[in-house]
Amino acid sequence: MTQQFGGLTAVSDFNVRLKNNRIAGLIGPNGAGKTTVFNLVSGFYQPTRGTISVCGKPTAGLKPHKVTALGVARTFQNIRLWNQMSVLDNIKVAQHGWLDYGFFQSVMRTRAYRDCEERIDREAKDLLEIFELENYANDYPTNLPYGLQRKLEIVRALSEKPKLLLLDEPAAGLNSKDMRELIRLVRWINETYDLCIWIIDHHMDVMMELCSEIKVIDFGQTIAEGTPDEVRNDPAVITAYLGDDNI
Amino acid sequence: MLRKYSVQLILIALGGIITYIAYQELVSLYILTVLMFMGVNIILSSSLNLVNGYMGEFSCGHAGFMCVGAYVSSVLGVLLFTKDKIFGAPLLNPDLAVYLFPVIIIIGGIAAALFGLLVALPSYKTRGDYLAIITLAANYIIISLIQNMDIIGGSRGFMGMKKVISNMEDVVYLPWMVIWVFVFTVGSIWILRRYVSSVFGKGVSAICQDEVAAEIMSVNTNKIKTITFMLSSGLAGIAGGLFAYIVGYVNPGSFNILKSTEALVMVYLGGMASLSGSVLSAILFTILLELLRPLQIIKWVVIPLILIVLMQFRPEGIMGNRELSDIFPKLKRFYRFK
Ligand SMILES: Nc1ncnc2c1ncn2[C@@H]1O[C@H](COP(=O)(O)OP(=O)(O)O)[C@@H](O)[C@H]1O
Ligand SMILES: [Mg+2]
Repeated sequence: MTQQFGGLTAVSDFNVRLKNNRIAGLIGPNGAGKTTVFNLVSGFYQPTRGTISVCGKPTAGLKPHKVTALGVARTFQNIRLWNQMSVLDNIKVAQHGWLDYGFFQSVMRTRAYRDCEERIDREAKDLLEIFELENYANDYPTNLPYGLQRKLEIVRALSEKPKLLLLDEPAAGLNSKDMRELIRLVRWINETYDLCIWIIDHHMDVMMELCSEIKVIDFGQTIAEGTPDEVRNDPAVITAYLGDDNI
Repeated sequence: MLRKYSVQLILIALGGIITYIAYQELVSLYILTVLMFMGVNIILSSSLNLVNGYMGEFSCGHAGFMCVGAYVSSVLGVLLFTKDKIFGAPLLNPDLAVYLFPVIIIIGGIAAALFGLLVALPSYKTRGDYLAIITLAANYIIISLIQNMDIIGGSRGFMGMKKVISNMEDVVYLPWMVIWVFVFTVGSIWILRRYVSSVFGKGVSAICQDEVAAEIMSVNTNKIKTITFMLSSGLAGIAGGLFAYIVGYVNPGSFNILKSTEALVMVYLGGMASLSGSVLSAILFTILLELLRPLQIIKWVVIPLILIVLMQFRPEGIMGNRELSDIFPKLKRFYRFK
């Protein structure tokens, strides 16, 4: 697929096939077009050329909330939680695509409404408990430590039962302890849930430990792909990153 | 048990008391009218708060939708139930007015909700200042349309609604307007409260706080915006219909930007995203307006001044994002309003 913004080609002829139960990585220098790839996959942009399918279903022309309902959930490079809503509500509102009721039923408080709200409440609380966030259920996200905000955003995405989970720089801004925690978390999610994870990050040690395959892009072009070791020793990658002290 | 129904009981008692007072004419007509205006203002401010407070858009054309409701239910009532110079003989038996009055008010609300699309559809692509200008334009479009419709009086206005009410009183003698204003006010708050406290309705706050995140997190933002704008303008239409029947006369001039500003003042006075704040501020504001009435046009110096002072010293309004039960958590033990 290709994405152009005016004259700028942010992503050019990008091609990927993600496998279930695997963790894939996407790296590249700043401005390479990594986030744009995620924006394309999550339906935020429509590709200028090319197609995207989720489990065989094409996403062309679908609004982002529909793409999410098909099974793509994501986090953002800059945390985008709803900060004036409790942690629990952050999870609950993310279930919008799976509500069994609409406006009139919400006003009439029908059986369907009550069953659905109860189910969502229970599932959201269970999820917070699994990820040890239950003590923060009624807090606002901004009152959580930074590492837990990152975690909450991942949990919120996971609550949508995705088949593909996109993590955009989940380690950005984390200290080394939180980073170990993150690696454990992502690995645990990968082993526990039946899904495919795709990560963008600059921290090579994180990527080395987690990913089974990595793609490298620069100026929208795919310049290398392979296992973490192959990629690390690829001369094209070294050139692209030259001067970047993240590596 | 008592906790579950306490609010319902209090409301029924309150409604009963007000009806009784009106029926026995224990207070003057003037006080009754002010009480009814309070109801209208409560509907106006809480419905505007849905858009400006909960959804974070800035609508400054609320009176336009009120105007649609006022005219639709007035014309419908006069057309159906009274003998009119222009419309001729009543289309239905005037005695039916007593049953169909709420239906007429609701039809006015539905018409206003449809006009809400004038703002809802552009809101898919536009937000903030630009959408605010669109709401202003909607207000003007509606008023100008009516000013140019000579059959319903144009800018001279439209009357005859008092006759509908007296028809109703002829069938069963009750203070009908007082009753219906009370019922619709409580009904509006109840609908709004249920909407914004459901997971579905919290999508409105999600849009306010981060629209991109909302859409990506499976919230159908266009649908929620449509419902929210239509609900808000529909309730304004109901307030308009009631207003028309209380006063007995409407003209497009009374729904101009000044009236929209009144609604805005009430929302900001009460506090964003707080229904109890909007109710409280509507009550205070109605009283204030009456106290300032001797000042006549000067009151439009005093009221904006109050707003400036408020923005300086308490920009979040009386309640600001909180409900009564958040300020007095103990209240939760006594009531549950859902
Ligand atoms: N909506 C947009 N409009 C125009 N240019 C954009 C837009 N989004 C991203 N870009 C540009 O595309 C390029 C790739 O950006 P991005 O995908 O965010 O890079 P990164 O790899 O750092 O995540 C950058 O040059 C950026 O300025
Ligand atoms: Mg990026």
